[in-house]
Amino acid sequence: MAVATPARPTTSSRSTFNITPWLIAAVVVGLLIAAWSWKSGDTEAVFGRTIRASAPLILGGLCGLISERSGIVNIGIEGQMLIAAFAGFMASSYTASAGTLVSILLGIGAGMIAAALVGAFMAWCAVTLKMDQIIAGTVVNIFAAGFTSYAYIQGRTQAGYPQWTIPGLSDLPIVGKGFSQGPLTYLAFVIVVLVHIALYRTNWGLRTRAVGEHPGAVDTVGVSVSSLRYRNMMIGGALAGIAGMLLIQSASVFNRGMTNGIGFISLAVMLFGRYRPFGVLGAALLFGFFNGLQSQLQFRQALDIPPQFFGMIPYLLTVVVLAVAGLAARPPAAAGQPYEKG
Amino acid sequence: MTDTGSPVIEAKGLTKRFPGVLAADAVDLTLHRGEILGLLGENGAGKSTLVKMLFGVYDPDDGEVFLNGQPANISDPGDAIDQGMGMVHQHFQLVGPLTVAENIVLGAEPRRGLFIDTKKAADDVRDLSERFGLDVDPDAVVEDLPVGIQQRVEILKALYRGAEILILDEPTAVLTPQETDELLQVMRELADSGVAIIFITHKLREVLAATDRVAVMRDGKMVGAAVTEGATQESLAELMVGRSVVLQIEKDDATPGDTVLEVANLRVRDDRGQMAVDGLDLTVRRYEILGVAGVEGNGQRELIEAITGIRPVQDGHVSILGHNATGASPRSVASMGVAHIPEDREKDGLVGVYSIADNLVLNRYFEGGMAKGGRRQFGVINRNAEDLVARYDVATPSIQTPVKSLSGGNKQKVIVARELSSSNELVIASQPTRGVDVGSIEFIHQQLVAERDRGAAVLVVSAELDEIFSLADRIAVIYEGRIVAVIPAADATREEVGLLMAGAGAH
Ligand SMILES: Nc1ncnc2c1ncn2[C@@H]1O[C@H](COP(=O)(O)OP(=O)(O)OP(=O)(O)O)[C@@H](O)[C@H]1O
Ligand SMILES: [Mg+2]
Repeated sequence: MAVATPARPTTSSRSTFNITPWLIAAVVVGLLIAAWSWKSGDTEAVFGRTIRASAPLILGGLCGLISERSGIVNIGIEGQMLIAAFAGFMASSYTASAGTLVSILLGIGAGMIAAALVGAFMAWCAVTLKMDQIIAGTVVNIFAAGFTSYAYIQGRTQAGYPQWTIPGLSDLPIVGKGFSQGPLTYLAFVIVVLVHIALYRTNWGLRTRAVGEHPGAVDTVGVSVSSLRYRNMMIGGALAGIAGMLLIQSASVFNRGMTNGIGFISLAVMLFGRYRPFGVLGAALLFGFFNGLQSQLQFRQALDIPPQFFGMIPYLLTVVVLAVAGLAARPPAAAGQPYEKG
Repeated sequence: MTDTGSPVIEAKGLTKRFPGVLAADAVDLTLHRGEILGLLGENGAGKSTLVKMLFGVYDPDDGEVFLNGQPANISDPGDAIDQGMGMVHQHFQLVGPLTVAENIVLGAEPRRGLFIDTKKAADDVRDLSERFGLDVDPDAVVEDLPVGIQQRVEILKALYRGAEILILDEPTAVLTPQETDELLQVMRELADSGVAIIFITHKLREVLAATDRVAVMRDGKMVGAAVTEGATQESLAELMVGRSVVLQIEKDDATPGDTVLEVANLRVRDDRGQMAVDGLDLTVRRYEILGVAGVEGNGQRELIEAITGIRPVQDGHVSILGHNATGASPRSVASMGVAHIPEDREKDGLVGVYSIADNLVLNRYFEGGMAKGGRRQFGVINRNAEDLVARYDVATPSIQTPVKSLSGGNKQKVIVARELSSSNELVIASQPTRGVDVGSIEFIHQQLVAERDRGAAVLVVSAELDEIFSLADRIAVIYEGRIVAVIPAADATREEVGLLMAGAGAH
């Protein structure tokens, strides 16, 4: 007996473009202009911080997106980022004698490889062992927190990342500070476009979108479900690795627990972006904005409110987004389930 | 058109064991170029298992496959496809949110540089669909299409890869009679162009109409073979079941009693928010079977779901034994004495990972001594299961087997056993014999008639005219969410009902 795919409500959920985060972004732009005419210095600072804070969220969100589109729910992004930051920092730190550029590149490479290996580990749990994927992710998070604090050596340093200031653009009003960033921050925005093109234009993308919806359909046309899932978990891991290195880029040093929930917020970003790269971009900018806002408010002590309250903003927003957008997002049909042949 | 040269495919001694079942037991099979072989057998006989081994989905525990006389080494579906095989699976293997063209080219995408050549993909699909007369729109999204078109997409997927050997596992189970006839036509054309086809079906009419040769399996073994010419439905049924089968059930004339179910001016929306049931009236009385005939997608599913309390009612009235049941909860509908055999057994009828014993008490785990003070009474539950498995002849290694590993027909028997084993006032059965073998169809039909004779009102929804004519005392034809005609079965002709189903009676 053949059973038809049950019809599901799919209003706008399959278009590659999702308007909601963009509408919100438009409102934010309006407010930004208003704020700038009122307090120009603060507004520009907030904008710069928005870009900086959204970059790791973008990459974390894309990591979650690629994993889940392939059918594996990845809640270990936080751990992947932390391990990448640790491995990358150690690599840069021990190769400092090779020169700034080389040691930074080695650090980025080490971070990406470390997080990709963690991705492969989660794929092994999910695909080969058919383990519960939430547990696999939790294992990664706990291990990452424990291992990096234990192995961390106080007092090591590494070369600072360069700051790339784009002539012309960085002189613009309001947005100028957004164009004076570390190289990895620019890279994050480029990767959004690359992932979008890869997902919707290449055969890798078609297979990835298919395998998270209906792995049987991929298997029966002769494409291996397991190797696709392994590969994608490693690609996603490499992106989470860059996200981890973004933290090193801004801090120039490894700190215990320095991810500070960014990996989890990335999941909210992925959901709010409805599993689409540009959706992730919009959602990450929104989260990044609130992050920029709260750190500017804390920094200025502008209002007579304890700074911890402002620190809450991004997390509160996560809760709200998960509650509201979580209902609207339609996850890939086979996400979370191990694939059984036949 | 059969050519008797060396067989394109020859299987020797294929064997496959699952926990507790020998699903295929040293099976031999040969297939020649241009030939259509009908593969028959009861539910659970091992037909799907056999063809999945040929296609590389399962690794055989033993045995060999030869392609064109050469030993073939097929370890996954990719190998099978490379060697000219194509398969349409019993369960759709389509990705709902992707387009028709994307589904068809998946895994063998035409490329330009790094990117998929979407234009070429769409053109290829259009060419292919013209060449074989399988009309599809390459840009349509698959989950929006009716199942008949989805089935075409499945076949095109196999043809796109240049299949010389085509395996069709119950491709007609969800098709309307017209769609089936078109498919049989396409199969014949393919065979004439040299393609060899293995065709699995439970519908003997299709076997007679389309095949050259028949092979019959029972309990994992190949038990019989015949040339289609000269065979009859009765002879095939006997080969399959091992005894003669009553294809047209015997029943006395109905002597309808009081009204049990009354539906008045009912309006119900479907998943997309369209009014799928749009001002529908019907009544079913004691001691009668009302057959609702209609092409799938004319509101049958929504009608049944509204009556049984699964789907909200927009407008109108449902009453059961004179009590208002409009918008009642599923449990309160059930407690009025309503049995429901749902259309989609996997989704609405069973919990796949639960055991047979647990599935048999899904509707009454809380009553009748099955639970005491919140603690389940496994003695009672297991005795109930042993009893029903024996009475309804469910083929299973044990009552603790998870339902998902049963074959389609045996899953259906579990539902029928559960629903008909308590005494009911109203029995609602949607497509009760879809994908079920002739022996089990006979059995399920007898059970439904027995319910009628016991005094229940029976509502049967089916897209299968044979089933409607075999069971119904009155036939109600549903079209676009309304009953367009109610005819006493004795006065109805297949032509008349067929035309009404196609919309001839509307307006
Ligand atoms: N993946 C599986 N795991 C365990 N048992 C299985 C599996 N697949 C099939 N079986 C068992 O193997 C036997 C043959 O099943 P199969 O699906 O081949 O039957 P079939 O002839 O195709 O029946 P149907 O007409 O109902 O589709 C059945 O007893 C079934 O329960
Ligand atoms: Mg089968």
